[in-house]
Amino acid sequence: MIEINHLVKNYGSKFAVDDVSFKVGEGEIVGFLGPNGAGKSTTMNILTGYLSSTSGEAKVGGIDILENPDEAKKLIGFLPEQPPLYVDMTVNEYLNFVYEIKSCRLNREKHLEEIRKVTKIDDVKNRLIRNLSKGYRQRVGIAQALVGNPPVIVFDEPTVGLDPKQIIEIRNLIRSLGKDHTVILSTHILSEVQSVCDRIVIINNGKIIADERTENITEAVDSTRRYSVKIAGPQREVLAALNALSGVTSVEVTGERELDSYVYLIETARGADIRKPLFYAMAEKNWPILGLESVGMNLEEVFVRITDRAGN
Amino acid sequence: MLAIYKKEMRTYFTTPLGYVFLAVFLAVSGFLFAFSTFQSQTSDVSGYFQLMIFGYIVIVPLLTMRSFAEERRTRTEQLLMTSPVTIPAMVFAKFLAAFTMFGGTVLLSCLYYLPLFGYAEENAGPNVGRAFGCLIAMLLLGMCFIAVGIFVSTLTESTVTASIGTMTILLVFVVAAIFNNLIDSYVVRSVLSWISVYSRYVNFTYGMFDIAAAVYYLSITGVFLFLAIRVYERRRYA
Repeated sequence: MIEINHLVKNYGSKFAVDDVSFKVGEGEIVGFLGPNGAGKSTTMNILTGYLSSTSGEAKVGGIDILENPDEAKKLIGFLPEQPPLYVDMTVNEYLNFVYEIKSCRLNREKHLEEIRKVTKIDDVKNRLIRNLSKGYRQRVGIAQALVGNPPVIVFDEPTVGLDPKQIIEIRNLIRSLGKDHTVILSTHILSEVQSVCDRIVIINNGKIIADERTENITEAVDSTRRYSVKIAGPQREVLAALNALSGVTSVEVTGERELDSYVYLIETARGADIRKPLFYAMAEKNWPILGLESVGMNLEEVFVRITDRAGN
Repeated sequence: MLAIYKKEMRTYFTTPLGYVFLAVFLAVSGFLFAFSTFQSQTSDVSGYFQLMIFGYIVIVPLLTMRSFAEERRTRTEQLLMTSPVTIPAMVFAKFLAAFTMFGGTVLLSCLYYLPLFGYAEENAGPNVGRAFGCLIAMLLLGMCFIAVGIFVSTLTESTVTASIGTMTILLVFVVAAIFNNLIDSYVVRSVLSWISVYSRYVNFTYGMFDIAAAVYYLSITGVFLFLAIRVYERRRYA
């Protein structure tokens, strides 16, 4: 449904997107993951015809966005990073305007009502967008992308500014859209793509560094577990005791937080649960455990892990 | 295209902008009309129309400053540019909306003309043909000024910069003819007279329909709208 071939976009010597290629099949939900400034938005802006590429091509439904923009744009619903809202309009006026500008031929009243219902903005339909909160504005932006029922939907950071309950609702909405739409969404939150997407494309510094099924990425990320534990006791001896536990692959002291107690970052081998042995070992030596939490991976570490794995 | 036109027209009347434009236009034109006819004891309106050209330098930017600058500032241009609407259609819809506001207000201000019939009875009424010529010239000139305003508005995301930029260009257009009398160089003079929209206006005030001038105004309009389209096409590559 979407085909991006050797896409390059540079501003002088700075490459925002550097030779990016990937394909998205029909009905797939693809997460576009990367830190800020990685080129996610630029790629999406090129795909939707807002920007042009320096070289390479972007096709939607087999139609090149640069050669035949009007036809290609009809197939896409797009939510940019900042929702493109006319704040002087009411929600209803705005959706009607979008309906007209996309020259849709559907049952207008019914179609728009349906969209307002799924994005949960029906209760604010007669209010000025100016007066809506950030979360509502974001949802009006999402509603706008759905007008005309386009087969391809592109969301640039759809859950930014929403509260946790709304985030879950929007994720559910995206998942249900995936049943009969092709969806690309960008984010810098790993758990978001893990919960929603079939496939993850990771981009960094304008280059794609991984393009995998979600399960594979999850596996790579979960293959080691890490705990941050705070123990009151003499540092050197605690360190030795921790290293002696079975399943521990590395221990690192991250600092003294209180007098005589230190925080240790423990990495364990896959499948080993060291929490109970850790407790008993420390209890035996009379070193109280003041805190224990498991540490997730941040995006940079995921990159390192994935690129490391690719290197092996 | 119709959708954008409708949206623009609605924006003029749901924001203060349209009303400010109407009020300023009618206030300025009313004052100048009274000043140049009743006050000067004449029923000839060509003086009024000539004065109004200077008024337009200030009034027209009010109408056009927002058109693209605001879309760019609020990022709504992203919606327009990713919709199946061509850039020329987008520019033309915005031009047409501004011209509708302008033309409508000009026609409304024609009401001023009515008292002249009562006022100028002894010299056999005002010269309707001449006034009509001026009116057409006014609309052509307005068209040309609006195109300049739309073009400048595509260059910036600040409405203030857009309006000041438009005023500057319009001022140069209008006063170019005045400098013409002060300069000896033939080349400079011919360039100045080419860009002078003011001097071409004179024939209309005699009640003549100057086709050359009409074509000139339409061409200037076309050139600036074309430039606006180019700016947007170019921006995609920048």
